[in-house]
Amino acid sequence: MAGPRTIHLTVNGAPREGWVEPRKLLVDFIREDLGLTGTHVGCEHGICGACTVLVNGEAARSCLMLAVQAAGAEVLTVEGLARDGTLHPLQEAFWEHHGLQCGFCTPGMLLTACDFLKDNPSPTEAEIREALSAVLCRCTGYQGIIKAVQAAAPKLRDAR
Amino acid sequence: MEALTPKLVGARVKRLEDRRLLTGQGSYVDDFRPPGLLHAAFLRSPHAHARIVRLDPAAARALPGVAAVATGAEIARLTRPVRALSKMKEYRVTSFPPLALGKVRFAGEAVAAVVAASRYVAEDGLDRILVDYEPLPAVSHMEAAMGAGAALLHEETGSNLLLAREFATGDVDSAIAGAAVVVRERFRFRRHTAVCLENRGCLAEYHEGTGLLTLRSATQCPGLVRDILADLLDLPEHRIRVIAADVGGGFGAKSSLYPEEITVAALALWLRRPVKWISDRREDLLATSQAWDEIVEAELALGADGTIVGLRAEVTADVGAYSIYPWTAAIEPVQTISFLPGPYRVPHYRAHARGVTTCKAPMGPYRGVGRPVAAFVMEGLMDRAARLLGLDPTELRLRNFIRPEDFPYKSPSGIVWDRAGFTETMLRARETLGYEAARAEQAQARAEGRWIGVGFASYVELTGIGSAIPVSPGMPVATGTEAATVRVDPSGTVTAIFGIASHGQGLETSLAQVVAEEMGLPLEHVRVVHGDTALSPYGTGTYASRSAVLAGGAGILAGRAVREKAFTIAAHLLEADPADLVVNGGRVAVRGTPDRGVTFREIANAAYSGARRLPRGMEPGLEATRFYDPYFGTASSATHAAIVEVDRETYEVTIRRYVVVEDCGRIINPLIVEGQVHGGVVQGAGAALLEEVVYDGAGQLLTGTLMDYLVPAATLVPTMEVHHVETPSPTALGGFRGMGEGGTIGAPAAIANAVADALSPLGIEVSELPITPERLFRAMPDSGGADRGSRA
Repeated sequence: MAGPRTIHLTVNGAPREGWVEPRKLLVDFIREDLGLTGTHVGCEHGICGACTVLVNGEAARSCLMLAVQAAGAEVLTVEGLARDGTLHPLQEAFWEHHGLQCGFCTPGMLLTACDFLKDNPSPTEAEIREALSAVLCRCTGYQGIIKAVQAAAPKLRDAR
Repeated sequence: MEALTPKLVGARVKRLEDRRLLTGQGSYVDDFRPPGLLHAAFLRSPHAHARIVRLDPAAARALPGVAAVATGAEIARLTRPVRALSKMKEYRVTSFPPLALGKVRFAGEAVAAVVAASRYVAEDGLDRILVDYEPLPAVSHMEAAMGAGAALLHEETGSNLLLAREFATGDVDSAIAGAAVVVRERFRFRRHTAVCLENRGCLAEYHEGTGLLTLRSATQCPGLVRDILADLLDLPEHRIRVIAADVGGGFGAKSSLYPEEITVAALALWLRRPVKWISDRREDLLATSQAWDEIVEAELALGADGTIVGLRAEVTADVGAYSIYPWTAAIEPVQTISFLPGPYRVPHYRAHARGVTTCKAPMGPYRGVGRPVAAFVMEGLMDRAARLLGLDPTELRLRNFIRPEDFPYKSPSGIVWDRAGFTETMLRARETLGYEAARAEQAQARAEGRWIGVGFASYVELTGIGSAIPVSPGMPVATGTEAATVRVDPSGTVTAIFGIASHGQGLETSLAQVVAEEMGLPLEHVRVVHGDTALSPYGTGTYASRSAVLAGGAGILAGRAVREKAFTIAAHLLEADPADLVVNGGRVAVRGTPDRGVTFREIANAAYSGARRLPRGMEPGLEATRFYDPYFGTASSATHAAIVEVDRETYEVTIRRYVVVEDCGRIINPLIVEGQVHGGVVQGAGAALLEEVVYDGAGQLLTGTLMDYLVPAATLVPTMEVHHVETPSPTALGGFRGMGEGGTIGAPAAIANAVADALSPLGIEVSELPITPERLFRAMPDSGGADRGSRA
């Protein structure tokens, strides 16, 4: 087995350094080494989407990446969404429209929606459902989540 | 004395727990890593049924970073095996060892545990354990398991039949023999599992100085787990603390005691180091409890006018390899026959249930427990009867509902239904759907050659069960009470502490609404604490749609006691009559003289100042603990309506509309109630169309990933239309009824009936769930499906 190596990356805007075994998953590095436990592990085979983070601005499943693959990358986790105590419009909308219950899928759902609305700022309901089918939620039946993303879309458009 | 604060119960309040969950600040089990933490991984049996001939952990123990390897024999020295007891007459008690002892009974059963510096190293250790198995014949089919010559799973019982129970009222045989119409069917509801997004997990720490064992667990039932751990580990109960902080979904699957919880606790005691285990999804699909797997042969007899005269059923359940604690293997099949008659007047009834052990993960409670199957069967029979009689299916239901003058109504299985709006939910569902227009559109679509169907399902369930009956039939563990402590601190803010646990239901918000309203305080003055046996008064946890009713009732009683004392103190301070006082926004004042008042802070301050500022003889302090027992429990009911289309080429079922009209009594928070309904319906839709745990004939799990066990994504169900009929419960304090499970009870039946309605011109009935495209294809008259058969 190859020995640990040093990686440098940017997480939520701050430079971070790690000393990781090559086999270590990015999600385990984020949670264990960086202590950012907001990113959750739901399936470890890329289906549930709970571990979704943004890597260089694109949604990525951090259970399907090795930490060493993120060397040099910019990573955004749920902890980086709110700025100076002000919630991101998606976080506000999820709160307002009951887009979460147990909260376990929520970080992956938020970051997936974040990435989606960048590409499609004025989506239809069908497009939102299609995009968010990348993340499984077992509590909400998705109804509150869909409403939340619909409500956040114009706010994010206006903020641009 | 009265409260003038704007109504909080019934208000659409945003949830108090959301901010931390939205910002990644939750505290799920895996978020804790105390100093010195060790990580456990479990070696799981690759065989469905085998004798363990030899288990050699030496190479694993030698691996750098491995702290210990525990075998079944070692854990057996530290704990007792779990034996789920029942008072049921025909019930055979079996043992469920934390780690397999001598033999394994399902693929995925834990055989050994490796504890190491990291999960990665612990899993390396698993690869180095040598086990010689002597395979035994797999018992994979519930009906074959009862036959002569089937291998015996539990030698101590002498039979694979673990339980049997019958309910009988009247003379059903004569009723059926003399009936104008009889419909029969063999229904098959396949095996399911909950798939909580957070896998199970636990973390145990033993503090030598205090002798205190703390178990953090992703459990719904910290109280139940604490009680049984004390027994299994032979520790005093007050030396065990079980904490369920944020829990990522439960749905019943986290309400049972699991082998990993016992093993991890025993390892922490043994090693004197914190030990954590977090399940991965493979382990979850292999070893978390499974559900609903039943064959139901049922007959419904009716008069020529559609009046039900009798119902007869035989239920066979595949309860898996072990009887799960504390609910036992009886929970699913006996609940099915308890609730089979539904919201209807059924004068003659006989139903018999059997639970059969096989080489599968144990069956346990899962959202709805027995009632999704019961509703699928009863509602399927009702539609068959309507077709045979040429009656509208909604009309047939309206003719047979228990009527207002019948309440309280004792069902033929012995459950007492309090006043509930069965007829109202059906009438509102028809109106919301635009029933006649929907039928007209269906006729038009049929003329165009499309397969469109409309399906209804009505059900009633018992929620908030008190001490009159155990939550699971025959179970000796008491589940009829909950308690609340309401504590006002000297600054006047309130901490309300409950023995229940919240794992997505928003109980931190709902219970704060109940307590704040009872006390006349603003919502933000009340903080709810739950899920910690060291902090709360005695309670068992959250399951069986009980927490709004039991904890809500306890919260009302404790809040009321504190408010009454606060008013007495206020009257003393204001030199007024308590009867003249009103409370508004945390301030108690003399009615009509708002200037003459004191704040809760001043009242609390006086309460803790002692006799100098209190009425003569009053005990200082401002807190109360109250227990609540709703005794019988209360009825919750709903009617679901679905419009579906079946694709003529792919046989895919698309849900076009979904309507729910439910009666959960007085609503605490509509936002939360609707969220529970939405989530429940989509789980039920998954059960109807997608989800199925599949084992092959050798007892191997074929659905071990989320690519194989399909749970609904955002595209499965369109925007649901949810309406409420608020019939306050006449029996439960506050008028609340439980409503966490209902969505999942109604949806499989409504969707099955809609699909059957769509295909009725072809003469196809739906008798098996999930309705996969493959099953529909095989059912087609020209598919040759009858010759190809399907898995039984």
